[in-house]
Amino acid sequence: MDIDINIKVKVWRQKGPKEKGHFEIYELKNISQGSSFLEMIDILNEQLINGGEEPVVFDHDCREGICGICSLYINGYPHGPDEDITTCQLHMRKFNEGDTITIEPWRSAGFPVIKDLMVDRTAFDTIIQAGGYVSVNTGGAPDANSLPIPKHNAEAAMDAAACIGCGACVAACKNGSAMLFVSAKVTQLALLPQGRTEAMKRAKSMVAKMDELGFGNCTNTGACEVECPKNISITNIARLNYEFLNAKIRD
Amino acid sequence: MSWLINSSIGRKFIMSISGLFLILFLIFHMLMNLVMVFSMDAYDMISEFLGANWYAIAGTLVLAAGFIVHILYASLLTLQNQKARGNDKYAMSNTKDASWTSKNMYVLGFTVLAFLALHMIQLWYNMQFKELIGAPDAISKGSELVVPLFKNIYYVIIYLVAFAALWLHLTHGFWSALHSVGWNNTIWMKRLQNLSYVVASIIVAGYAVVPIYIYFFYQLPI
Ligand code: HEM
Ligand code: FES
Repeated sequence: MDIDINIKVKVWRQKGPKEKGHFEIYELKNISQGSSFLEMIDILNEQLINGGEEPVVFDHDCREGICGICSLYINGYPHGPDEDITTCQLHMRKFNEGDTITIEPWRSAGFPVIKDLMVDRTAFDTIIQAGGYVSVNTGGAPDANSLPIPKHNAEAAMDAAACIGCGACVAACKNGSAMLFVSAKVTQLALLPQGRTEAMKRAKSMVAKMDELGFGNCTNTGACEVECPKNISITNIARLNYEFLNAKIRD
Repeated sequence: MSWLINSSIGRKFIMSISGLFLILFLIFHMLMNLVMVFSMDAYDMISEFLGANWYAIAGTLVLAAGFIVHILYASLLTLQNQKARGNDKYAMSNTKDASWTSKNMYVLGFTVLAFLALHMIQLWYNMQFKELIGAPDAISKGSELVVPLFKNIYYVIIYLVAFAALWLHLTHGFWSALHSVGWNNTIWMKRLQNLSYVVASIIVAGYAVVPIYIYFFYQLPI
């Protein structure tokens, strides 16, 4: 049964990219466990605005787990303590009366804080621009079976395509590595005929951009996979390694 | 070839190949050690054979290069990764599902390195190195050093602790090395991870048998 709970939230406040941040604790009364986590922050912000304070800045858009813009490290987990969901899909019934909830931004050199809980994830767009596409127009959807694709390839490509680019993988990684993201983007195209043609070139240019932007070296700890809201598997990373090494050895 | 140092996957490739090379060496070294359990005389023959001659020296140099590359790259990767992580630490972090071992490869590697230094001083220095510089007290029969060493319980314990660190390093290292060169997929992931435990256990058990055998069972010839 959902009840109303009284909680405290410990929120990271930071005025700007260069400013030093700190935690601030706020009390919230009668929060319905049926409300979403982001609604709880909306209520907090209303309370702050009414009290003449600056609202907490945080990223949100679709609020249904598909756009990939929401973030937040909640109680030590990217996207909160629930499994395989984004922060916007997290509900207050995961928390109890009297809890203090710690809310932090993604912390990684590749994702500098803009303000409060909002971080700059432009780096991911830059990596996509480096090669995460198919260069020619491949036309509309062809007739089914006119282009046979093995089922396991189609499924692995779809699984990789589930990546919403939220950056939880980088946030969770002790090495600040973006390999799970890049490997998903390389895999979703490499396994399908339209994307296969440029697969090696794509792997090389996306990895080069990723390195240039200062993301870390993957050491296969697997922390990313555990925290990914879309369950992207680290076997994609093995595929990326394979594509990249194959391309380099042929050069 | 500059991609082997300039790109992250290139660096991982070197890490992986050097690690796999060291594993091959470990297996070779372990098999030689095991001879001691069956016959000390046979072991002494092997250690005399691998004294200061060109093939043993060439082997030693290649091996040293393997270690140096592995350690240099390990340090480089660790430093770069700390930088990529940034200085801001999480106040609370609960992402503990990633194994402790996988996050502490550098610490474990350094434990192995510290042991390696001790091991080189105790054995290699007194055998191949002294023979190389023509020192009169160079020892060519391995058992003359190894047996007294492992009749000392403290050294037995130090060696066993080092083997434990090595075991941990290899339980992550083996599958990780194959993953780094792209040899993994959803079907093989679990198999390779389990295989890592098998490989690490066989290697470490092979090493651990010798000090335990010598301490408890080996009788010095009177
Ligand atoms: C007999 C000795 C050793 C063996 C057999 C060995 C083996 C391996 C293997 C197979 C890997 C996995 C490579 C990969 O993930 O691609 C690895 C990783 C690693 N080793 Fe070693 N290693 C040894 C000694 C050392 C030493 C002395 C150090 C450091 C001082 C060290 C530090 C590391 C580090 C930091 C990693 C993780 C690097 C990464 O994944 O990027 N190792 N080792
Ligand atoms: S707000 Fe779009 S995924 Fe969370």
